[in-house]
Amino acid sequence: MKTLEIPTFECETGNYHTFCPISCVAWLYQKIEDSSFLVVGTKTRGYFLQNALGVMIFAEPRYAMAESEEGDISAQLNDQKELERICLRVRNDRNPSVIIWIGTCTTEIIKMDLEGIAPKLEKQLGIPIVVARANGLDHAFTQGEDTALAATTHRCPEYNCHTTNQQKEDVTGRAVVDVAPNNNSSGEKSKPIRCNLVLFGSLPSSVASQSNLESKRQSVSVSGWLPSQKYTELPALGEGVYVCGVNPFLSRTATTPMRRRKCQLIGAPFPIGPDGTRAWIEKICSVFDVKPDGLEEREDQIWKNLSDYLEVITGKSVFFMGDNLLEISIARFLIRCGMVVYEIGIPYMDRRYQAAELLLLQHTCEKMEKPTPRIVEKPDNYSQVQRMHELQPDLAITGMAHANPLEARNIDTKWSVEFTFAQIHGSVNARDAPELVTRPLRRRSDSILGCRSLSRQTVDV
Amino acid sequence: MKLAYWMYAGPAHIGTLRVASSFRNVHAIMHAPLGDDYFNVMRSTSERERDFTPVTASVVDRHVLARGSQEKVINNISRKDEEQHPDLIVLTPTCTSSILQEDLQNFVDRASLSSESDVIPADVNYHRVNELQAADRTLEQITRFYLDRARKRSTLDRSVTNAPSANIIGIFTPGFHNQHDCRELKRLPGESGIAVNQVIPEGGSLKYLKDLPRAWFNTVPYREVGLVTATFLEKEYGMPYISITPMGISNTADFITQIEKLVNVWASALSGKRLSYKLYVDNQTKFVSQAAWFSKSIDCQNSAGKEAAIFGDATHAASITKILAKEMGIRVSCSGTYCKHDAERFNEQVQGLCDEVTVTEDHTEVGDTIARIEPSAIFGTQMERHIGKRIDIPCGVISSPVHIQNFPLGYRPFLGYEGTNQIADLIYNSFNLGMEDHLLDVFGGHDTKGVSTKSLSTDRREINWTPEAESEPNRIPGFARGKTRRNTEVFAKQNNIPEITIDVMYVAKEKSSP
Repeated sequence: MKTLEIPTFECETGNYHTFCPISCVAWLYQKIEDSSFLVVGTKTRGYFLQNALGVMIFAEPRYAMAESEEGDISAQLNDQKELERICLRVRNDRNPSVIIWIGTCTTEIIKMDLEGIAPKLEKQLGIPIVVARANGLDHAFTQGEDTALAATTHRCPEYNCHTTNQQKEDVTGRAVVDVAPNNNSSGEKSKPIRCNLVLFGSLPSSVASQSNLESKRQSVSVSGWLPSQKYTELPALGEGVYVCGVNPFLSRTATTPMRRRKCQLIGAPFPIGPDGTRAWIEKICSVFDVKPDGLEEREDQIWKNLSDYLEVITGKSVFFMGDNLLEISIARFLIRCGMVVYEIGIPYMDRRYQAAELLLLQHTCEKMEKPTPRIVEKPDNYSQVQRMHELQPDLAITGMAHANPLEARNIDTKWSVEFTFAQIHGSVNARDAPELVTRPLRRRSDSILGCRSLSRQTVDV
Repeated sequence: MKLAYWMYAGPAHIGTLRVASSFRNVHAIMHAPLGDDYFNVMRSTSERERDFTPVTASVVDRHVLARGSQEKVINNISRKDEEQHPDLIVLTPTCTSSILQEDLQNFVDRASLSSESDVIPADVNYHRVNELQAADRTLEQITRFYLDRARKRSTLDRSVTNAPSANIIGIFTPGFHNQHDCRELKRLPGESGIAVNQVIPEGGSLKYLKDLPRAWFNTVPYREVGLVTATFLEKEYGMPYISITPMGISNTADFITQIEKLVNVWASALSGKRLSYKLYVDNQTKFVSQAAWFSKSIDCQNSAGKEAAIFGDATHAASITKILAKEMGIRVSCSGTYCKHDAERFNEQVQGLCDEVTVTEDHTEVGDTIARIEPSAIFGTQMERHIGKRIDIPCGVISSPVHIQNFPLGYRPFLGYEGTNQIADLIYNSFNLGMEDHLLDVFGGHDTKGVSTKSLSTDRREINWTPEAESEPNRIPGFARGKTRRNTEVFAKQNNIPEITIDVMYVAKEKSSP
């Protein structure tokens, strides 16, 4: 992978608002159906979870807090015994296939040896225990998923290309696995289905199967997903397996299979927006030596479907305050939609993992003849608000802490967290992101009367 | 360690932030890791606040962990000082800083050398106190800081105001209906000729804190926050205070009687006149509040003896218990609070008004109790509302933890005479909804007319209705007719009864009702 230098990288103070990375339990417990999450930490974390997740907390979720008390902090209580007691209860209450411990700032600071305790308890309780250190000291928001998936990577079964198909070494020496069990037509050489591809990133199952279909259309079948719907169905990893990410915040998860499981990483732009989806599939195809078929027409078709939204947003300007690491991909997509992006705030920028995405961003800017936005790592919210005051963007994509105050200052806002939960991946969902982005803008053009015009007297006396 | 899914009161720093951000031009800086500034989101969304929440974090990251905060906190304080010129910066510890044991006092001392703003560290112990206790404590700390200073600089004006006046202590953001309560509370003494000297912390300005002792007395509407400040003012400045919550008719009357007593101490000394509010209370109770009449009306008669369960913070749970038991004749099967630190006083207050008392922070215990009692209505927090949903019992929300729907745009105080009206509506509607649902159940649900026989349509002919039986359903209220017919037919089918007579109908009804 090559690194790319865009001249406008900046780094600020890191005084910005974002969700605590433990929020990843909210979507991961829904994704991994047989899991149970245990957040080990103080009341502060629990309070955040219960407020951030709102209604979900009432739905008897499969996650809980192991709330540290004073005795735990001062080591008067034995960590292992305490965790054992709590995990026993979790096992009895929910009977999960895996318990995932989420380490927090608290466990970091008091140096609770979760990684050391887990294997012991695992043996004792007979349930796998995965440890993910998703704390606010090191990570922001979606990076929580990154730590959880990176930890899960170690639990994937071993893939052995030599035993499954030794005969299938192609010219380059790359192992190509014939996977589809119903693929009995080994004689049909023209369309071999190859499936040593594992995709990583937690997506709703419908979106995941859409992605599967999309790549299958190009004769590349996906052999597995990390995470899978069930913990017991984790995909096999090993030498000869290709992995590719679907989300920009998964840099740890990307390196772990590479370094620890000898997989090969496909560095591609992310399948967000029709342009991203096409570039993503093209890159995967190129790795498997497949000539992509009909992608261009398909992309054109989707852009046509978006025309009503494009009308609303073309020429409008947008400012990303930055809190979930999806910013680069969404900005790239919006520039392709014809918007002007003033600033992309982002908590953390992995220039290696996002290299292809950054390149696509640059190309998109050139193609659309838009200025390259400045990318601000670890932004400073206060300075950003000052800048916004000068720039007066048409739209600010921001966290809820700033949304209402900005609206009151006459800047339309879109709550950034929605992009994390909405289905924005792949061609099928191409309409969802612009739907979110245009909502505040449409509201304005639908002419809701503002305070000023509402208070104006319309009757002549 | 404790296994927990939900908590009623938040962690300590939330209380400090709530008080700090309620004052005007006070900024709080949290010593916390990234993502702990969640308070900003809560305030901005639930209160639909138009201004940026004056809370920032001095972020604790790996570097801080390795080398300590060093200059970071101080730089953040000076920066905020320059950017926004707050009157006061409150350095707020979180669980993280309490574990790191950094010397916040030292940061504060050093930062105050260079900054124009005053700087103080919030003096709360994360592990010992919860959100409410911390708020109580912080409010006292800020008040004491400014009064002590005024005393040292001898700018303190110790003379009481000419006309009777009062301070209202403990209104703050984002409290349960606090804004509306505040408005109602200002009106209550206002109508009887008592001026409001100051309201703290909500909208209070630090510049005027030194004038707090000029009021004749203090009122603390909520037990959770303000008592510590009021006792401090009593001890140091000899100010009496009223800690009765004017919620419900009799409590409000008591509250005003207390005012009368306190005011007369000064009034008789100053002007030799005595004030009497007896007429005022009478008039308000008869004409402004509808609750007294309501409790006599037929509506309320219907709910007499019905059972209710109550849970919430100490103030609201105790007051609502009193209202239900004493003013509406409803039987309170269980009354409880999560304010464990105030348990003794709570017990005392609800003594004799309810069958059992629950003091717990565990929502499953509350849920189990409610499920066991099966009351006709619940009055509790958002959590009890969800418990009620699960077991099909209506619930009126009477206390924090708050939700955005507890910040209505319309005027909905819980205190004072208008408050009694609001509470009566809330209570009546909860019971009434439950009753309506129950009636629908008895009569077989909403009108389903033709659709009701769908599952039996193929062999409909096999079942005959005798003419008398045929006419019988017509005597059942229209909306339930279809369902009754169907239930009877299902019953007949199940029991191989070929012909439906009136007897069969009644047996069917008997069998189908629980």
